[in-house]
Amino acid sequence: MPSVRVPPVLRQHTGGATEVSVEGDRVGSVLEALVAQFPETKAQIFSEEGDLNRFVNIYLNDEDVRVLDGLDTAVSGDDTVMILPAMAGGSS
Amino acid sequence: MAPDTKQPLVVEEISVQEAFEEIESGVVLIDTREPHEASEARIEGGRLIPPATLLATVEEAFPDKSARTVVYCRSGIRSATAAEQMMELGYTDVVSVEGGILGWQALGLPVISEARLTDEQRNRYSRHTLLPEVGATGQVKLLEAKVLLLGAGGLGAPTALYLAAAGIGTIGLVDDDVVDASNLQRQVIHNTERIGDSKTSSARRTIEALNPDVEVVEHNYRLDSANIIETIADYDIIVDGADNFPTRYLLNDASVRLGKPVVSASILSFDGQISTFVPHEGPCYRCLYPSPPPPELAPSCSANGVLGVMAGVMGLLQANEVIKLVLDIGEPLVGRLLLYEALGTRFTELKVRRDPSCPICGPEAVEVPESELGAFPDYEAFCGGHVGS
Repeated sequence: MPSVRVPPVLRQHTGGATEVSVEGDRVGSVLEALVAQFPETKAQIFSEEGDLNRFVNIYLNDEDVRVLDGLDTAVSGDDTVMILPAMAGGSS
Repeated sequence: MAPDTKQPLVVEEISVQEAFEEIESGVVLIDTREPHEASEARIEGGRLIPPATLLATVEEAFPDKSARTVVYCRSGIRSATAAEQMMELGYTDVVSVEGGILGWQALGLPVISEARLTDEQRNRYSRHTLLPEVGATGQVKLLEAKVLLLGAGGLGAPTALYLAAAGIGTIGLVDDDVVDASNLQRQVIHNTERIGDSKTSSARRTIEALNPDVEVVEHNYRLDSANIIETIADYDIIVDGADNFPTRYLLNDASVRLGKPVVSASILSFDGQISTFVPHEGPCYRCLYPSPPPPELAPSCSANGVLGVMAGVMGLLQANEVIKLVLDIGEPLVGRLLLYEALGTRFTELKVRRDPSCPICGPEAVEVPESELGAFPDYEAFCGGHVGS
């Protein structure tokens, strides 16, 4: 099963898990499976229209899925899908 | 088998002291090292002929093959080889300096150097100058560099400490905050006695005590669209450790317009990210993150915890990027986003590409006229954070 790396801001919605294994053979279906298991992650990942949010990057291994086939990008069992939202912490 | 009648050439070696006396009285002096070594320290009056060019150039440079000729290098090995090669070419009075310029300098004999370091600086930065990638020339570059740190807080504290120790000549600090006891878990440039003092002044005092070579410039105000251009214009490199999205986007847009490289990092809980944005060479911050998340989905460190050590790890990765950019060595994190996850001790590298539709650095981004530089959208409107550091 492909695994999904969960960023810090979403871990409160995954019971603290940093990595979750879910079924799916496309980036889209992998993310939908994650959302089905942890519904509160949905707002961070998908817009109300069901597209990827502009402020979140989805990577398949080390490549942005936007330069691949987006949500249709094929995923195999040993791939890692990473959710990468912008972070701003640093100074205060 | 016929015996080899050719006599083996024996290179005569002289001591550093003997070389000094001969050079004083006037001989041909050849420095058989590489140019970067010679620029660090060389003996006055010598002619630089790197080993690879010796055979091709020495006869033209020094046609008198009977002249007394002293050859030196770093330690005496390359010069012995060079002397032997010259003897094979027919030079009859060539000697090699045993111990080379290292021995020369160990005796305190005079050298000339293109890199103008004082004796104190030669000593202070000796662990740098011993590195071929830095050398005295590189150290002078560091001393001439001007680096602006956005934030004298979590990331800025370790970055500033190490950049100051490294001899970055001018360090600007943008921060309008004061030292709070809750900062001290990670902001190691401040201390308990400074609680209530401005962060820029506290950081300046620490830096001045660490390294008097560094000039600290305090920018004790919030960064906004009215002052950002003026603030960053005089610096070579910007280090972004801001704690909020408005400042990060503001900095990106201004730095792309002025062509300033930005080393950007952020930390949250046990996670850190870092990348280096060099305008038009690689992607910019907006290529990576076209728009900021809504406030409810973008918690900052003050609302969430952060392991203090994370600030050190990511801040020092930033300092390392800065030094590479100043020295033009290695491979900065251009087009790469490095993630560090501290609990698993895992580094992950992701590719970041230039976005052809980027409104700031893309090919269709409009060239902004001087008069409109600094005119940015109202960032405070789109995100809950304050525009500051």
